[in-house]
Amino acid sequence: MQGKNLPPRIFSPAPSPKVSLSLNSPLLEAVALACERDWRMLFERLELRLAAGEMLQISGPNGSGKTSLLRLLAGLMQPTAGDVLLNGQPLAKQRAELARNLLWIGHAAGIKGLLTAEENLIWLCALHQPASRDAIWQALEQVGLRGFEDVPCHTLSAGQQRRVALARLYLAAPPLWILDEPFTALDKAGVAQLERHLAQHCENGGMVVLTTHHTLANTPDGYRELDLGQQQP
Amino acid sequence: MSNVFTLLVAREARLLFRRPAELANPLVFFAIVIALFPLAVGPESQLLQTLSPGLIWVAALLAVLLSLDGMFRSDFEDGSLEQWVLSSHPLALLVLAKVLAHWLFSGLALVLLAPLLALMLGLPGHCIPVLLMTLLLGTPVLSLLGAVGAALTVGLKRGGLLLALLILPLYIPVLILGSGALQASLQGLPVVGYLLWMASLAALAVTLTPFATAAGLAISVGE
Amino acid sequence: MNWTWFHKWGSPKWFYQISGRWLPWLSAAAVLLIATGVVWGLAFAPPDYQQGNSFRIIYIHVPAAMLAQSCYVLLAVAGLVGLVWKMKIADVALQSAAPIGAWMTAIALLTGAIWGKPTWGSWWVWDARLTSMLILLFLYFGVIALGNAISNRDSAAKACAVLALVGVVNIPIIKYSVEWWNTLHQGATFKITERPAMPAEMWLPLLLMVLGFYCFFGAVLLMRMRLEVLKREARASWVKEEVAKQIEQGGVR
Repeated sequence: MQGKNLPPRIFSPAPSPKVSLSLNSPLLEAVALACERDWRMLFERLELRLAAGEMLQISGPNGSGKTSLLRLLAGLMQPTAGDVLLNGQPLAKQRAELARNLLWIGHAAGIKGLLTAEENLIWLCALHQPASRDAIWQALEQVGLRGFEDVPCHTLSAGQQRRVALARLYLAAPPLWILDEPFTALDKAGVAQLERHLAQHCENGGMVVLTTHHTLANTPDGYRELDLGQQQP
Repeated sequence: MSNVFTLLVAREARLLFRRPAELANPLVFFAIVIALFPLAVGPESQLLQTLSPGLIWVAALLAVLLSLDGMFRSDFEDGSLEQWVLSSHPLALLVLAKVLAHWLFSGLALVLLAPLLALMLGLPGHCIPVLLMTLLLGTPVLSLLGAVGAALTVGLKRGGLLLALLILPLYIPVLILGSGALQASLQGLPVVGYLLWMASLAALAVTLTPFATAAGLAISVGE
Repeated sequence: MNWTWFHKWGSPKWFYQISGRWLPWLSAAAVLLIATGVVWGLAFAPPDYQQGNSFRIIYIHVPAAMLAQSCYVLLAVAGLVGLVWKMKIADVALQSAAPIGAWMTAIALLTGAIWGKPTWGSWWVWDARLTSMLILLFLYFGVIALGNAISNRDSAAKACAVLALVGVVNIPIIKYSVEWWNTLHQGATFKITERPAMPAEMWLPLLLMVLGFYCFFGAVLLMRMRLEVLKREARASWVKEEVAKQIEQGGVR
């Protein structure tokens, strides 16, 4: 069987052959993607494909463009060259489709310090995927915030605030998760739990793209790593 | 969809009430600026009365401008705007809710404070309803137009001064119409024409600026 | 309708080549028209029966003011094209045109003030047109400052485009409100009345000057755009060849 053990990406300066390495048709694709920031080319001719059940860890030194790549994939930023495709169509033309499929948690996760954990989640759910109050309380319990539901978030620790954002992953969530440094500020138990949860999401046919500096202990079958640092000119 | 609209207004209200200082600052600024003028030009009541329409409107303009800089700043910094942009709800609708909330709590407070300061400047009582009407029609336009500038400058480190440069020229029609109406009422002339013009400006701003603001936010988030 | 001509504008290389061909013609036309207009207008046109020779400043003032206004419209059109069709060359046009427009506005203001001294007896009066011009200058400053403040040049171009579009919707409103304000406060005393019965010896040189200014504007705009295109496409092979060629020619000369 081809698939899991092959290099997941074609990431070479030469024009790449169009071979789909995934058995499933990809949901998200990057074609000849280039990103330039402040007159510096972060990466060029980057190709990647992501299909159901796959997890992609993007690694590389600081400033190698990890966050930029995530933002390109989420459609928050426009590429200097190349395209991001969702179901084979350019991302820019299907915002609604993207909104249905994507859960994005950036480095700043959209949590208001003045609002309580519950209020924050109610709003984020209203914005993206509707969820009942019970479901929200359950999700907060799963990330270990039982008893902190109605405390303003700025009184919580950094790790706890991160957990509030991550509680969205325990609600009825869309298939594609793009997470920028999701493990930041989490304790050991929290990291292990999140790793298990991400792996499980992939086993269930979901997709995860994430950046992190630590080595994942618990990875699903469809796990791959993309090192942006390799391609520094 | 309308659900998200009301939820956002309620959320903004909650945020503002948990940090009331931000609400009060533009109001205090408004009062101080008004108080500066008699100190600068002298306490002669006739002169102050003649100048009062212009003074009130210029001070209101500056007070609104002051409150604008923070309009999207915290949402930008804590990542909320990214979530807005990626939401399936139209960004322009979210923007409209945000601006409405902003106006309800800063603009409206300004409208309510203005008559008091106007009376202190010697504006006769019969002009107060006109003052209220012009401010009620004019301050939403200021908030809506200002939101465009705030959206375009939210990603910049020192966006405040730039915001003033971008937005103040666009405020000129509101300034002219608002103070013109007051002046007309001071001289006992009809003011309906002014008010109708201001109403049409408000209608234009409500329909067009949310789209420009949404485009500005998407650009600022995408930088 | 055949749109290939439109899509060609998407190619920086094509733009660089075609503009290189237009540039000499445009520059020559500008020099010729302005030279004729200046000599004719300043030396041969008859003096005005009211203002005497001081009216001759219109040969600078009017073209500059017209250009200043149409340049802002150009910004908005370029902004629209850049936003809707994502055309890079429109972004370049917008940011290259803004400073020229600001300079033209400044020239119009300055000549207006100089003209004001003999006509109204004061360097500055709050005349409706001068005031509108002043506001236009502020609008240009806004676009330029915003473009400079944003470091990512794609974002900068898009932000300027949005601002220019908002500005262009506002300009008529500002213009009419300022005119209204002016009539309310001062009456029509200070208005520069347009005399439709201007004799041909007066308006023909003016026409030449206006055309000359537009050609001049086109030439300067193309030059600025070409430079910007070279900067932006610095990585492309055709730019490297082009620059190498230019250096070689410079060395021979």
